[in-house]
Amino acid sequence: MTTTTEPTKAVTPPPEPKTPLLERLRVPGGFALGAVLLLGIAPLALSDFRLALLAKYLCYAIVAVGVSLAWGRGGLLVLGQGVFFGLGGYAMAMHLKLADAADTGEKLPDFMQLYGTGDALPWWWEPFANPLFALAMTVLLPMAVAALLGFLVFRRRVKGAYFAILSQALAAALSIWLIGQQATTGGTNGLTDIQGFFGYSLDDPVNQRMVYFVIAAVLLALMALARQLFVSRYGELLIAVRDSEERVRFLGYNPANVKLVAYVVAAGMAGLAGALFVPAVGIISPALIGIVPSIGFVIGAAVGGRASLVGAVLGAIAVAWAQSTLSDAFPAGWTYFQGLLFVLAVGFLPGGLASLWTVARNRRTRQASSGGTA
Amino acid sequence: MSGDGGDGGEALTISDLRVTFDGFTAVDGVNLTVQPGDLRFLIGPNGAGKTTLVDAVTGLVKATGSVRFGDEELLGKPVQRIARMGIGRTFQTATVFEELTVLQNLDIAAGAGRGMWTMLRRRKGVPEPVTRALETTGLTALADRPAGALAHGQKQWLEIGMLLVQDVRLLLLDEPVAGMSHEEREATGELLQRVSEDHTVVVIEHDMDFMRSFARSVSVLHAGKVLSEGTVTEVQADPRVQEVYLGRATEPAPIPVGEEA
Repeated sequence: MTTTTEPTKAVTPPPEPKTPLLERLRVPGGFALGAVLLLGIAPLALSDFRLALLAKYLCYAIVAVGVSLAWGRGGLLVLGQGVFFGLGGYAMAMHLKLADAADTGEKLPDFMQLYGTGDALPWWWEPFANPLFALAMTVLLPMAVAALLGFLVFRRRVKGAYFAILSQALAAALSIWLIGQQATTGGTNGLTDIQGFFGYSLDDPVNQRMVYFVIAAVLLALMALARQLFVSRYGELLIAVRDSEERVRFLGYNPANVKLVAYVVAAGMAGLAGALFVPAVGIISPALIGIVPSIGFVIGAAVGGRASLVGAVLGAIAVAWAQSTLSDAFPAGWTYFQGLLFVLAVGFLPGGLASLWTVARNRRTRQASSGGTA
Repeated sequence: MSGDGGDGGEALTISDLRVTFDGFTAVDGVNLTVQPGDLRFLIGPNGAGKTTLVDAVTGLVKATGSVRFGDEELLGKPVQRIARMGIGRTFQTATVFEELTVLQNLDIAAGAGRGMWTMLRRRKGVPEPVTRALETTGLTALADRPAGALAHGQKQWLEIGMLLVQDVRLLLLDEPVAGMSHEEREATGELLQRVSEDHTVVVIEHDMDFMRSFARSVSVLHAGKVLSEGTVTEVQADPRVQEVYLGRATEPAPIPVGEEA
């Protein structure tokens, strides 16, 4: 009864956590460093061609921010982010195609004149002529689809591999449907040859740089948003749901709603990434949103460290860079390499490369302490 | 005796509760009333239906009959609704959120009614119920420790603390001292006695010494039915209980009763 573990009398107040200055400056400092790198150094150091590539990688990084939230913190293996990326991308591309057509005095986008069945615009294309509607849809449409899907799936307590497979199936279904609707979606080709971006010609390198700045700014803003979610009470609850859903239910929460929020936010981010991808690369097509790219969206986060925001973002950029470099050299081998990377990261380094530092530090501390006693 | 226990809170009234799994009847017509402020132990041999009973009360398994907390029927309500009515439980294996700190665990437990705006912001300071629970459970000094790094007994205390911050009025604890050292058992028993001053506590337990030291009343379950009920002395004197626990024709061992060992 006199042990220190006794829960009766513990009057010691919790020790005030003394955070060193360096520790307190870590997050804002890192954010500022990222901003300087992305908005200052990269545009100065890189050629137009390289900067355009980086713009594309940053779009994947935006998807990874959402993946980090939904998968890293929420435990939802979102293997179908291509769906939301695609919805956002197509919403944006439809508007840009209509704007291009209007510029040249045409009634229909070019591919519809080739493959179309009539000379009338399909009714569901009409509202996308409005730029505000199209912009809103790039985010709201993926979020709405995710909300509906998540509502049905999480309430039925579908999780783990079943959830992942379901997401994959949806990505496959959307890309197959798009291929089948050549007259209204461009089919396998997708929506290509996009000329302008809200009145600016995308052929002009200056405007391409502007697109890069928009993408980099959006990435930084979404990282700040995700960071706020991570440190909020919601972020703590999300980890609790990931680690013990049943326990959370006994605390009076509905875990389905907690997961739904992360899933919907991640979908919105993927949609925005898809929308920005279109002016950066000039195309959106079924091949960019199907099963393989959907897996690709999570590999970067897995390799970099899915629970760490910076890890996921850097991982996504690195994997995208490796893909465009290596897939030129080994076109057939890349897909296998990508799969192997995924298995290795998830199986042997669940914290990703971001956790290497912690692992190394723990080992050092262990060695130091054992060395001290020896 | 249904419901209004004056200022002490609500009674738990179980009538004719039945739980069947694929033709096997785990709980077979249990009638049980726990008055507010009681520290009731549910004992019984393995398979007597103790945990299933708690599962039925908390909405985890389907059951027939009636379980009322105060005037409200619990059967048929989903788990989280029952939890929000002020009924909390622990499990045989302590389930705390290992990657979160003690403070974060308690804060989540305290927050089921929080609005969206509060949820989306960072926690500032320590909510008052959390401070109190830290003190009651003696975990104040460990508030910033990850729950996964706690000792076994401390995890159980954290779980009890998580029920306290939820503002539960009825605590259902499934073998809270299993696997604990002697000191930890003593400390847990004292914690339960303190908690039961303003809560109703139901404890499922195998440990007879622990039961004798701390129970205020006891119900003995056997084969899905209530075999005996009363104070520790009454129950121990009941020949049917002796039969179930000790076999026929065995002298009941002399046992110190009602004292803290």
